[in-house]
Amino acid sequence: MLTGAARIWLDSALTEAAARTPAWETHFVTAGRHCDPTHADSARTLLLRTAAADPATLTRLYHHGAAAERRAVLLALPSLVPGPEAVPLVEDALRTHDTTLIAAALGPYAATHLTPHTWRHALLKCLFTGVPVTAVAGLAERSAGDTELARMLADHAAELTAASRPLPADLSRVLALTTAAVTAPVEES
Amino acid sequence: MRVFDPHIHMTSRTTDDYQAMYDAGVRALVEPSFWLGQPRTSPASFLDYFDSLLGWEPFRAAQYGIAHHCALALNPKEANDPRCTPVLDVLPRYLAKDGVVAVGEVGYDSLTPAEDAALAAQLQLAADHGLPALVHTPHRDKLTGLRRTIDVVRESALAPDRVLLDHLNETTVKEAADSGAWLGFSVYPDTKMDVDRMVAILRNHGTTRVLVNSAADWGRSDPLKTRAVGDAMLAAGFTDDDVDQVLWRNPVAFYGLSGRLRLDLPTPQVLHEGNSLLRGGE
Repeated sequence: MLTGAARIWLDSALTEAAARTPAWETHFVTAGRHCDPTHADSARTLLLRTAAADPATLTRLYHHGAAAERRAVLLALPSLVPGPEAVPLVEDALRTHDTTLIAAALGPYAATHLTPHTWRHALLKCLFTGVPVTAVAGLAERSAGDTELARMLADHAAELTAASRPLPADLSRVLALTTAAVTAPVEES
Repeated sequence: MRVFDPHIHMTSRTTDDYQAMYDAGVRALVEPSFWLGQPRTSPASFLDYFDSLLGWEPFRAAQYGIAHHCALALNPKEANDPRCTPVLDVLPRYLAKDGVVAVGEVGYDSLTPAEDAALAAQLQLAADHGLPALVHTPHRDKLTGLRRTIDVVRESALAPDRVLLDHLNETTVKEAADSGAWLGFSVYPDTKMDVDRMVAILRNHGTTRVLVNSAADWGRSDPLKTRAVGDAMLAAGFTDDDVDQVLWRNPVAFYGLSGRLRLDLPTPQVLHEGNSLLRGGE
């Protein structure tokens, strides 16, 4: 729950976002200290949705943003960008080692728009960096029947076994999903 | 003993340092932007560095249970390079960020007109953004540099009690204290201050408005010097409360002037399979 002062600040910031006054982007930047970091993601994504930020605006805010602002842009993509225009932002986040960004990048937008190759590498990256695969949207649907993903996971497992390292529980979980029956068409490109 | 290192360059340090700092009691730090040893040649290089101080480095610190904030600025040395000074035009965008608790390090290196201009401009930026300023005093011709710094602060829109004068020593502490600024001391293995001289200054000067930092960076330096000063203070008869004032409450009060300090960090994050840092990366 927001405190009274934070609620008043957010109401005013949302009004400016709806009118797209020049100040609304500053409110997006400073939302963390006005709404408390625990509410920063929701406050920022709400601002983005209220301003109906287009892909060009989202791209600018992402590239000008600190990590918390970038995370909010990624979280807002599914509700703001119907097409693949924002895929470069997801790919940028997936190149980082910041697990909060990687997890935010792998929401429904990534599930819809990432190519099979990029999506598979993102999933392996989760296993490497410790991002729980429960954070990955569309995991079961996209894994089902993906024999290439199964091969990559098996190779990774063999590498860990050769090094006498334990297998992450998530590895076996995803591997099991790849052998599940395909319930929806898996787009290959 | 809880320790807040008010000036340390973690970009140049390893995860072993983070672990050793946590074990020594360090729970918070401020990383001011500085010269990287290798000169930069464009503003873009600064921006990547600022992004790192606002993203990657706080992420690394959080893995070890340490709250990381930063101070951003064009440093004194590179203020002399016209290829770098345009970063001042982009700095306001960064000074609005949540993780920024000061403008810094600003100040003098070689006492040039270009350094005069950069210092004055950035003190104004601090005033505009409601931030305090971390001001480096020069290694060469330190007392002259301190006096010139104090003059520029007096002429600026920033009140002296929102300025931390850093790298002070026996020859500069009195005039720095008389200016009304906060007093920073960097404790190094060889140069700047050492632990025993630091305790002597605290005995003569008192603990009011005094901050002690390791200023650890890519050179010979030691991120545990803050804790060493705390231990030496206790051995010299200072109380636990004195140590807490110098190593925790004073830095919290100074950087708290920004209104952006967040110290409620959870205990070290261990993701369900460890994480990329603990596992040594991909």
